[in-house]
Amino acid sequence: MNINLTLFAQAISFAVLIWFTVKFVWPPLLNAIEVRQKEIADGLAAGERGRTELEQASKRSAEAINDAKQRAAEIIAQAEKRATDLVEEAKGNAKAEGDRIITGAKAEVEQEVNRAKESLRQQVSELAIAGAEKILRKEIDAKAHAEILDAIAKEL
Amino acid sequence: MATHESTMTPSGYIAHHLSFNTKSVGDGSFWTLHLDTLIMSGILGIVIFGLLWWVVRGATSGVPTKRQAFVELLIGFIDDQVKNIFHGDRHKFIAPAALTVFVWVLMMNAMDFLPVDVMGKFYGFIGLHEWRSVPTSDVNATFALALSVWLLMIFFAIKVKGIGGWIHELFCSPFGTPNFKSIWGILFGWLLLLANFAFNLIEYISKPLSHSLRLFGNMYAGEVIFLLLGLWAATGLTGTIFGAILGAGWSIFHILIVVLQAFIFMMLTVVYLSMAHESH
Repeated sequence: MNINLTLFAQAISFAVLIWFTVKFVWPPLLNAIEVRQKEIADGLAAGERGRTELEQASKRSAEAINDAKQRAAEIIAQAEKRATDLVEEAKGNAKAEGDRIITGAKAEVEQEVNRAKESLRQQVSELAIAGAEKILRKEIDAKAHAEILDAIAKEL
Repeated sequence: MATHESTMTPSGYIAHHLSFNTKSVGDGSFWTLHLDTLIMSGILGIVIFGLLWWVVRGATSGVPTKRQAFVELLIGFIDDQVKNIFHGDRHKFIAPAALTVFVWVLMMNAMDFLPVDVMGKFYGFIGLHEWRSVPTSDVNATFALALSVWLLMIFFAIKVKGIGGWIHELFCSPFGTPNFKSIWGILFGWLLLLANFAFNLIEYISKPLSHSLRLFGNMYAGEVIFLLLGLWAATGLTGTIFGAILGAGWSIFHILIVVLQAFIFMMLTVVYLSMAHESH
């Protein structure tokens, strides 16, 4: 146990080693570790962000699907309403058309009847005239009694 | 057993293994160098810090290699210890200094695992007849470390508190500042200053002594026990068997001591340096 110059030599090498560690060993590794820690923290934050974004997106897509469903239901309801309207309208139209046709037919029939009546009347009057002519050939002047004959024909 | 004809007696054997390889560089016993201490510690320092530097130079922030992970574990361990004790910018000096102390002292202590007589033969073979493997069993080495830490301690105390603050602390802590406004203060205040100063003086003297002698004592005693077991082994077959068994046991126990003493030395370094940063 004798203290000698070794003490100072050893102290100098200690100082050199401390300097070396402070300068060359500690900072690069600490830097690497800190960069990695930051990268890991960033990665975790990004993962967290991704998860929230996914949650929001699924919420949004659910909303969109709901909207679409609602609108589809509305459209279907409208379409159904429109279809019933159309059917009703078509029914109404058909009925009106039918009525019109019936009315037309009735009018035609009436006309026909009238015409038949007219022609019948005509024929009857002609027959009457012919009959009357035959009966009254001798005594009745057709021209003088035309007024009376017309009146008779009209009454038929 | 021993490496020399003149060292066949027990005391001669121990004295031989515990004598330094000295080189005189001037007049007087002070001007000598222990070449074995300096060269062993120098080689260890260069090898281990070169190794650390080599690993750290290629350090990546991505996926680390196994050796980088190992160095990171070591540095993380030291950093955690320092973080618990020192509350400041530890990366600038304290933590790397703690790493230096721990790794270097650990390596120097670990030289104790080398079997004394085999190494003696080896050193004798390359022409070194007085050569000690364990630098930390030289009080010069441990005292050099402790004294360097002590100087750093004073340096940081002055740097943080200023020269006035440091001197104020020397005289006014731990017992407090005397009140010179009262009559009792004027009469006995200087006694309080003196008591504070004496207390601080004792603290400043005892710190490097206990710091260095703890490590030196452990390592020196470890070496002496190995030598005694070696002596026993030289006495015959029984001695060889029991010497070997006990030597193995002591080596295993020494693994604990080597690491523990390096750890304690580092922790005390950190504690002293962080105490220097704190005001009382």
